[in-house]
Amino acid sequence: MGQGTLSRRTLVAGMAVAGTLGGIGRPRPARAAETIRIGFPTPVTGPFGAEAKDQIRSAELAVKQFNEAGGLDGRMAELLVRDDKLNPGEAATRTLELIEKDKAHFIVGALSSAVQLSVNEITRSRGVLYVSISQSDTINEVKDFSRTTFHEALNPHMTTAAVAKHAFRKGTKVAYLVADYAYGHEMLRGFKRAAAAIGAETAGEILHPFGAADYSTFMPRLRSMRPDILCICNFGRDQANSIKQANDFGMKKVARIVVPVLLHNQRLAAGPDAFEGVVGASNYYWRLEETVPSAKAFNDAFRAAYGGAVPTDYGAYGYAAVRSLLMAVKAAGGTDTDKVVTSLETLRYDVAKGPEHYRACDHQAVQSVLVTESKKKSEMANEADLFTILEIEPGSEAALRSCDELGHRA
Amino acid sequence: MDWGSLDLELIAMQLFSGVALGAVFVMLALGLSIIFGMLGIVNFAHGNVFMVGAYAGVFVMERTGSFWAALILGPLLVGALGLLVERFLIRPLAGRPPDDALLLTFGLGYVLVEGVRILFGSDGLPFATPEALSGVADLGVGFFPIYRIFVIGVVALVLVALWVGLERTKLGLIVRAGARDPEILRVLGVDIERLWLWVFGLGIALAALGGVLAAPMRSVNPEMGNVVLGEAFAVTVIGGMGSLLGSVVAGLLVGVVVSMTALLAPEMASIAMFAFMALVLLVRPQGLFGKPGLGA
Amino acid sequence: MQPLDQTVLATAPPVPRRSPLAGGALSRWRAPLSILALLALPFLLPSQALAVNVLIYGLYAVGYNLLYGYTGLLSFGHAAFFGTGAYVTGIAIGAYGLHPLAAMGLAVAAAGALALALGAVSIRSRGIYFAMVTLALAQLVYYAALQASAWTGGENGLRGFTVARIGLGRLAVDILNPLTKYFVVLAFVGAALAMISRILASPFGAVIEAIRESETRARACGFDVERTKLLAFVLSGLFCGLAGALFAIHLSIVPLDSLAYHTSGMAVVMTLVGGAGTFFGPFVGALAVLVLEDALSLWTPHWQLALGTVFILFVLFLPRGLWGTALARIGAMRGRP
Repeated sequence: MGQGTLSRRTLVAGMAVAGTLGGIGRPRPARAAETIRIGFPTPVTGPFGAEAKDQIRSAELAVKQFNEAGGLDGRMAELLVRDDKLNPGEAATRTLELIEKDKAHFIVGALSSAVQLSVNEITRSRGVLYVSISQSDTINEVKDFSRTTFHEALNPHMTTAAVAKHAFRKGTKVAYLVADYAYGHEMLRGFKRAAAAIGAETAGEILHPFGAADYSTFMPRLRSMRPDILCICNFGRDQANSIKQANDFGMKKVARIVVPVLLHNQRLAAGPDAFEGVVGASNYYWRLEETVPSAKAFNDAFRAAYGGAVPTDYGAYGYAAVRSLLMAVKAAGGTDTDKVVTSLETLRYDVAKGPEHYRACDHQAVQSVLVTESKKKSEMANEADLFTILEIEPGSEAALRSCDELGHRA
Repeated sequence: MDWGSLDLELIAMQLFSGVALGAVFVMLALGLSIIFGMLGIVNFAHGNVFMVGAYAGVFVMERTGSFWAALILGPLLVGALGLLVERFLIRPLAGRPPDDALLLTFGLGYVLVEGVRILFGSDGLPFATPEALSGVADLGVGFFPIYRIFVIGVVALVLVALWVGLERTKLGLIVRAGARDPEILRVLGVDIERLWLWVFGLGIALAALGGVLAAPMRSVNPEMGNVVLGEAFAVTVIGGMGSLLGSVVAGLLVGVVVSMTALLAPEMASIAMFAFMALVLLVRPQGLFGKPGLGA
Repeated sequence: MQPLDQTVLATAPPVPRRSPLAGGALSRWRAPLSILALLALPFLLPSQALAVNVLIYGLYAVGYNLLYGYTGLLSFGHAAFFGTGAYVTGIAIGAYGLHPLAAMGLAVAAAGALALALGAVSIRSRGIYFAMVTLALAQLVYYAALQASAWTGGENGLRGFTVARIGLGRLAVDILNPLTKYFVVLAFVGAALAMISRILASPFGAVIEAIRESETRARACGFDVERTKLLAFVLSGLFCGLAGALFAIHLSIVPLDSLAYHTSGMAVVMTLVGGAGTFFGPFVGALAVLVLEDALSLWTPHWQLALGTVFILFVLFLPRGLWGTALARIGAMRGRP
């Protein structure tokens, strides 16, 4: 069984670089021949195929840059991409294969909370280092904690706090439409917490079934709450459907719509009209390059590698996770899990969006949060010009839930 | 639940939402029921046909720029695809147990989803509400999207056309006779194969029309048919397999049940439909309007 | 609507789903032979994790086949039993600290109880109507599990019950080792296969096949068709529940997808591709489908296109499935003078 076409390309590129280095005549230690293998489960098939593709391309880029810079004293890295089909069972099987058969040194990946938690369950019982790149509050809590797991992605607590800080005022009446599953509840909890601190009021909240296609039945009640802000706490397809139907019911005329996360590809799929004026948060938007040098460098490398395309939010997760991991490998001088864990814990990195580091107690990446607004169609300069950056909330440990609250003993 | 906020206006609005939602269910269940009633097979790709219908709508709209063209040509295109499926995939199974056709359409479902992913990408496409039908109307008890009122109207129109076609024309008479006893028709010299072909195409076109109608309300994506299949089955089982009247009544009824659950216990809205179905099965296994021979 | 029997009468004699060999001398040896074949599996497949999946889905399909292949009832809701087996195992270990073996026993019992309840509701409906009813009931179970997130972990799935060692006292073995895990799972699957073989060889086995061939005739012969069908439904649920329990132990998580429509569909696909109504066919089907999926998904994100097409071709041209066709060929060669 070979690896995917993408990783094969990297492998070839990596070997070419290794060859050149060998030509210089530097003697290489015997172990240097062994590639650094990074398993990368991601949902190539399924509704988040576009996000997965961006994750892969960005992660490939990070691997390529590492190899071109000489790797770890000539030791090259390789990305083993596997399709997790957005199915936790499939992801667990693929992760087992990556560990048992492919002897992957590290695992990076996942896009949904459920898949992330299942990969984590496999890696932690086998002592394998895992960098997760999917958003969830659950993974930070002590119940799912593992010394070998790191979280590059934002979590709902961080994104909701940033959005609320920007959009809520004292006395603002907020109505919530919430997907009835863990991730939805996490987003609601985050918003209400921020609302309480700011002094915003709750006009009402409605739970909707996860994965619902029709939201019309919730709209009359939401309208009757007469909110200033409609806060839609769901993700992906649910988000696109509910925003669209809120529009149909004329909600935007009476209230502002805010969401916890505003994603590049989801906005593309739903079209500019549906999302016009919607405010949300994200980890990355390519126009960050106007103020952040590392974002410029990441964009330029990405454009050069992929025909002028710009990287997206989930792409940036994939890139930052693999780049920081490989930096830690370099610092640790090898792939020994214990040493790389220690080196990741102390690593300070700025690879795509400004300074980041992993917090000690829960291994959450402390990083900036962007608050963005979706543009009107007529104001878009080009196809990729989707959002206006309203605010960049700088990274700070104070913006995270405290270690105590998560159950970690200091 | 805050009972104080439950006023009559809200309940009226909720009922109206339920009817609009039910109108989509009716389209799905009708297609399923017509095919079953005539050919005796269950189309497991029905939800995916609904999805393909939505994409056909996008396809036509992108090329013509007209929603009306999409509304008419979309279902016709998919209906034509249905004719091919009947001719080349379903018909060879004549004489085999009806399970085989069911299994075949189940496999077809995979092919349709993946085919759409290859042609249109896996991310989904935007489908804007047509200009003339966007906005909200004041119903006196509250504001309601004009487009949804339009959907109810279209479904009502289709129902009237179907009723006239089946009850008032010679062809309708043959179709109804064919559903009762195809062998007699064959003996009488009716080309039953051709009849099956067109009825299958009609059922498929109806599901596709449901998809085009739903496209401006929901986001168009390759997975949109998956949820819909279970819903269409629940409606058909409640109404009674093969009963057109059952499809209509059950579709609207389920729409209202889901809508009222959404008001009282929103998170239960998905379960409501299936719980309702289980209840109907316990009391009346053949469904509300089904013939007893089928269920019990 | 064409009544089922009429269709059968109107055409040539239907293809017998039962292979000529199934009732012969081989039937006594089919369970040991199957186990022998499965012993080689982990050394032939690309990964042990995949081999364990073949075992688990194979057992799932075998359990399903008891109902579809042998009794002639086409269910589209067997994920309900698979998922229940998996969830009960995980909850019993994770939340109540039960011994893994006790948890699995409880899980099988729970799946059987659920099968009794769903069977009581659905068994009265006939033919393809039954397929729709079972599908819709399984959706009910799916949504119920999604709602009961305090128990099931909801959409995030159930976790926190990793079993590192399984067995009794000093006989416990380390199942984090993939090969050991394979043989542990095989022990359960082998025992289940032996039981199923006995069931099929018993008078009960003859009655369910009689029902499959003609319900009317079976009823006329004085058999209690409803009770027999319900019993077959429950037995099928028990074995699918065991497959689910093994799935939970294998992956140390239970995803909500284990209850989803897709999982129900997998049982149908695997059984049909392998050969409905044959003893070992479902394993062949599970092997073929999983290996195909594993190989294709490395090369293209559109592997489902191939899966769907292959399935359609099987329905059209190879309705007996891989194993069923092979058995028929062998039978035909033997039958020749």
